[in-house]
Amino acid sequence: MLELRGLRKTFNPGTPNEVRSLQGIDLDIEDGSFVIVVGTNGSGKSTLLNAAAGTFYVDQGSIRIGAHDVTQWPEHRRAKFIGRVFQNPFSGTAPNLSIAENLALAARRGLPRGLGWALNGSLRESLSKEVSRLNMGLEHRLDNVIGSLSGGQRQALTLLMATWRRPDLLLLDEHTAALDPKSAEQVILVTEQVVARHKLTTLMVTHSMHQATTLGDRLIMMHRGNIIHDFRGAAKRRLRVPDLMSHFEEVRRAEQLDETAAELIRTAYV
Amino acid sequence: MTLLIGALSIGLILSLLALGVFLSFRVFAFPDITADGSITLGAAVAATLLVRGVDPVLATAAAFVAGMLAGAATGTLHTRFKINGLLSGILVMTALYSVNLHVMGKSNVPLLSSTTLVTRAERAVVSLMGGATSFNLLGWEVAARDAGALAASFAAIVMVAAILYAFLRTNLGTAMRATGDNDQMVRALGVSDKTMITMGLSLSNGLVALSGALLAQYQGFADVQMGIGMVVWGLASVIIGEALVGVRQLGPVITGTIMGSVLFRLLVAIALRWGLNPNDLKLITALFVFLALIVPRFIGRGFTGKSGRKKSQAAHA
Repeated sequence: MLELRGLRKTFNPGTPNEVRSLQGIDLDIEDGSFVIVVGTNGSGKSTLLNAAAGTFYVDQGSIRIGAHDVTQWPEHRRAKFIGRVFQNPFSGTAPNLSIAENLALAARRGLPRGLGWALNGSLRESLSKEVSRLNMGLEHRLDNVIGSLSGGQRQALTLLMATWRRPDLLLLDEHTAALDPKSAEQVILVTEQVVARHKLTTLMVTHSMHQATTLGDRLIMMHRGNIIHDFRGAAKRRLRVPDLMSHFEEVRRAEQLDETAAELIRTAYV
Repeated sequence: MTLLIGALSIGLILSLLALGVFLSFRVFAFPDITADGSITLGAAVAATLLVRGVDPVLATAAAFVAGMLAGAATGTLHTRFKINGLLSGILVMTALYSVNLHVMGKSNVPLLSSTTLVTRAERAVVSLMGGATSFNLLGWEVAARDAGALAASFAAIVMVAAILYAFLRTNLGTAMRATGDNDQMVRALGVSDKTMITMGLSLSNGLVALSGALLAQYQGFADVQMGIGMVVWGLASVIIGEALVGVRQLGPVITGTIMGSVLFRLLVAIALRWGLNPNDLKLITALFVFLALIVPRFIGRGFTGKSGRKKSQAAHA
């Protein structure tokens, strides 16, 4: 279970570039829940995921994963509980290492890394079996450097790496945004299979309204560092793309009203 | 023949330096110039212990450990105190100059009457040859000392390269290689990139110091100035090695780096034999590395005036 309490994060505080990315986020995610995160650009979606992953420390609030308060843990220590897939397909793999070596690294996430061989016969056999599930023919290319693969192939492998050792929390940060439609579809299919097979607690950021409505059992919408909608259960199942679009339209109108109010104040007083 | 054997021996000994530079520059993409100080540190530690009668194997091992400490200092400055990598290396290298003088107690320590790995190798060859101090090889007179030094250097380098290759294929070694490739990924996989960089620089400078220890024993002295320009020398060897093997797989790259060092030393020996002024050696080495770095860029541009990267972006657009 992921428990976020009063999370606040401001980037470049006290400067003209100050950005209040998280403004007191409270969120509980139950074990096995697949939560979709949507929101406008700059709403704090990726910041929320990065805060949970430990890419930076939050200014205020606490982060608990299961029984552990990880708020002050560095990123690599939190990785014991967290699997991640990034937006950029090149961020999740080491390009000059082979497919097998990349997967072998993932096979020891959260375990000590000593002087045992990174790759042995039994691990190689498991790798081949798991990679063949991706249906990309990569099981015959385990010794090829991963940098020679397409973005879609790398992203599917990153997903496999993130879930090789079952994470307590899987973070997917717009992981299909940089892929062509066919590759994106393939990666989403793999995502659904992996999450369902292992009942993974998942937090997935997406800009795709189709993915947002068809995937997951809960959806949260963010705006200006706050959670403004939280759909779960039947409400999430009923949610369709037009409904979601209307919620975005509400946000847009509210923004316009804010702008209009600001303009009136400027005209009247400045 | 003596010139050839000498060039081969020094080339092999300096291939340890090249392997160290390969680790820092290529594996970690870290411009670590600590090597200029740590090669002298290795020589200084080994020479000081040897003149005090310490066993050559122990003295050489101590040099390796000293080099590791120097690398750890650079790594710590960079990762824990957020000092730029190049500057971290400069700081440690500068400090090592004084450290080396303190270790040696003077600027030069001769090893003329000390038992070294080279004198041991010489004795082994003499004993094998039934007491003869030289032998005939293809019509050339070869001194037992030269043959022993070459054989010992070769054995040492093969052993170190094999251990390094094996280490880089372990869980720890693979994590180190991945850190240089993608630090964001290794953190997401539970590896502390800071620890990996510090350990990697330790190993790199340990190898460089080992090279210094063997070089001091080969040439019969340690000198506080002997490290000047050695990073560039190592880089030149790595570049030649990469050109020789042409692939980026671990085994061939390690072999290529050793071959690059030997070939570079042979080229230098030939150039000196043909009358190159020894004073110009560092200048020529620096020019060589400069050309090796710049020529691929021109090849990438196809001499059209556009950079390779821009061309590639244009192709994707």
